[in-house]
Amino acid sequence: MTGVAGVVLQVLLVAVGSPLLVGVMRQVRARLEGRAGAGLWQPWRDLRKLMRKQAITPAGTGWVFRAAPMVLAGTALVVAAVVPLVTTESPLDGVADLFAVTALLALGSVALALAGLDTGTAFGGMGASREVTVLALVEPTILVSVFALSIPAGSTNLGELVAAAEANWLSLLSPVTLLAAVALAIVSIAESGRIPVDNPATHLELTMIHEAMILEYAGPDLALIEWASAMRLTLLLGLLAGLFAPWGIATAGAGALGLLVAAIVVVVKVTVLGVALAAGEVFMAKLRLFRIPELLAGSFLMALLAVAASYFLV
Amino acid sequence: MSIRTVTEIRPRDLPGEAERLLGDGYRLALVSAHEQARGFGLVYLFTAADPDRRSELRLLVPFENPAVPSLAGLSFPAGRFEREVRDLYGVTPLDHPLPRRLVRHHHWPRGWYPMRADAGPPPSFGDPEGPFPFVTVAGPGAFEIPVGPVHAGLIEPGHFRFSVVGESIIKLKARLWFVHRGIEKLFRGRAVADGLPLAERVSGDTSLGHALAYCLAVEEALGVTVEPEAQARRAVLLELERLYNHVTDLGALCNDVAHSILHAQAGRVRERLLRINAEVTGHRLLREAVSVGEVKLRSLPDPAQLREIGADVAEIAALALGHKVVADRFTGTAVLGAQAAKDLGTLGYVARASGLDVDARRDHPTLDLGAFPPAVESGGDVLARFQVRVREIAASIELIARLLDRPPATVPATGPQGTGVGIVEGWRGTIVHRVELGADGTLAHVKIVDPSFFNWPALPVALRGAIVPDFPLVNKSFNLSYAGNDL
Repeated sequence: MTGVAGVVLQVLLVAVGSPLLVGVMRQVRARLEGRAGAGLWQPWRDLRKLMRKQAITPAGTGWVFRAAPMVLAGTALVVAAVVPLVTTESPLDGVADLFAVTALLALGSVALALAGLDTGTAFGGMGASREVTVLALVEPTILVSVFALSIPAGSTNLGELVAAAEANWLSLLSPVTLLAAVALAIVSIAESGRIPVDNPATHLELTMIHEAMILEYAGPDLALIEWASAMRLTLLLGLLAGLFAPWGIATAGAGALGLLVAAIVVVVKVTVLGVALAAGEVFMAKLRLFRIPELLAGSFLMALLAVAASYFLV
Repeated sequence: MSIRTVTEIRPRDLPGEAERLLGDGYRLALVSAHEQARGFGLVYLFTAADPDRRSELRLLVPFENPAVPSLAGLSFPAGRFEREVRDLYGVTPLDHPLPRRLVRHHHWPRGWYPMRADAGPPPSFGDPEGPFPFVTVAGPGAFEIPVGPVHAGLIEPGHFRFSVVGESIIKLKARLWFVHRGIEKLFRGRAVADGLPLAERVSGDTSLGHALAYCLAVEEALGVTVEPEAQARRAVLLELERLYNHVTDLGALCNDVAHSILHAQAGRVRERLLRINAEVTGHRLLREAVSVGEVKLRSLPDPAQLREIGADVAEIAALALGHKVVADRFTGTAVLGAQAAKDLGTLGYVARASGLDVDARRDHPTLDLGAFPPAVESGGDVLARFQVRVREIAASIELIARLLDRPPATVPATGPQGTGVGIVEGWRGTIVHRVELGADGTLAHVKIVDPSFFNWPALPVALRGAIVPDFPLVNKSFNLSYAGNDL
């Protein structure tokens, strides 16, 4: 029973908390830059404003354009139910496989890229082309680094991975984990469209990646995409925290108190990661577009080294 | 002492005379057309530096089938001036190699010339001739990206047509004149003092530069002498305008590579400078301080405070260039070669970043500034344009201190002539105004040239071979005025 309660709890946490995480990150950036900032609740206020607007779609777009926000938000919610954020004991344990999770996140990205193409505008196509370029470099890195992590545990099931790491946390102190952690951190930044790969705050349509794809969205559809993007960022950070610092995640048999503690711990961990990411961004600049593949190739190399290390060091 | 020579010539002598002047080191600074009793009067103003020389060629073409020989083969800017005159007044340049429309909007009917006195109200929107015939780039993988005139951010309107393969720009065509307001026509018939508010609004970020150029032109036309101290104070204001705009753009360049902390810091410095502007003139954008024959200041800026700001800016610039990613984004991006910059007639920091030693403060002085070396870089890329502006900030602050310390001697003015030319090195580059007064002392005709008119064609040239996501950065490094170009 605690499994179901845990899953409900973590889906709620992600759904409600992810815009707040974005708010925290913006506030951190604002304060570090010497600005007052709009406050933690601004992303939620933006979503409320967008939800009240009329739904509108550009002429000539089809079902792909209309379905994409739903697919993006839907996949994010499924991933939120599956990954071990609060509890490793998900009733959906059978699909809590790292490959499945990666594929679900990629499905959302592909849906959005197709929607960008569906608009028939130059920006939609340009954004989709850039997004898919990044995606094509991100996916192999995620798969390979996950493979490296799964070798000690002997499983790609996320719950088992986290439970094994939690039980034997000394196993985390190895070059395998370090290399995989760095590789996954870099691709998480790329996947969630943050600096130095993409700039979520820009108004310059020609430099955009993620924003260019969704330029044609407005109103509730845009709200759905913004919300889903925040959730994806939260999930990626939560996944990183879960894989490399698994302490506090409720395992089988944990009671209500255990779940509550786990929820607080995951909020703290994700917030710390988000703050660190936002603080790091302040001192970064955006890479030239053609340098991004170099960065991602570097992260792929680290993932590959992690796999090699996992064989040599076992 | 600047002497403007005026030569009345026949239209067929124009190419020969122009060739002679261009050969003597002159550049074509302005072409003005206006309706006279017996036809269109055309004025070609040539200027040269060291010593300051100005030479005007005047000619008259009849109202019936007005045409002049084209100078496009001699000078690239001349070809653009001719197209501007053709679109606004209907004077055809004969044998023009690139006769496409320049100013003319696609909803303007053929044969409607908005600057003529009998033009009437603007025509309603329509599409009489279809879209602009952009040159299409064909080939495997080539496609077009149309951008603007309405953009995602709050910027001025311009349409950019990129022909790209992947992310590489093969060709860029910029279509401007979406904010053509006919401002030169609004001057006509106004009293001289009433022209000043218009001049201040030619381009919002260059209020003072245009106001000063207008005043210098009117003063020459009326034969007004300005006290050396007043002239020095005007020069101080001109530097204050340069300071706040340069600081803004240094921050904006950092923002365009998503290095927002330096943008925020530059914004802080900019605000300090704007407040100094308000203290000195009562207006943050330096409006209503300069008027014909005089200048009114509430207080003088404090050189010590400015030097402190200068140290702040130097630190921001050093942090930007010390950042590996920022330096990588700036270096080698969109190189404008020295020869291209010269051929296109570029002005201001764009020209100086490509190695051209041009600066109207030295070349067409109102004050004897003594040794005044302009900041020149040779790279021609975004980095060079950034560095030129960093150096100009430091130079401006020192110049202000020098001007406040001891006003230098003025360059004496000439007597009343009925026409006058004002040349000012605004922050963007050389601004030229030419006014003609009527018999009753009102403004008969005003022609304005913002440096943006010369610099816009350099942007596509610099961008050849660059990548699409670098465009906003490159565009910001040029930071050309749409309003000043479109008039």
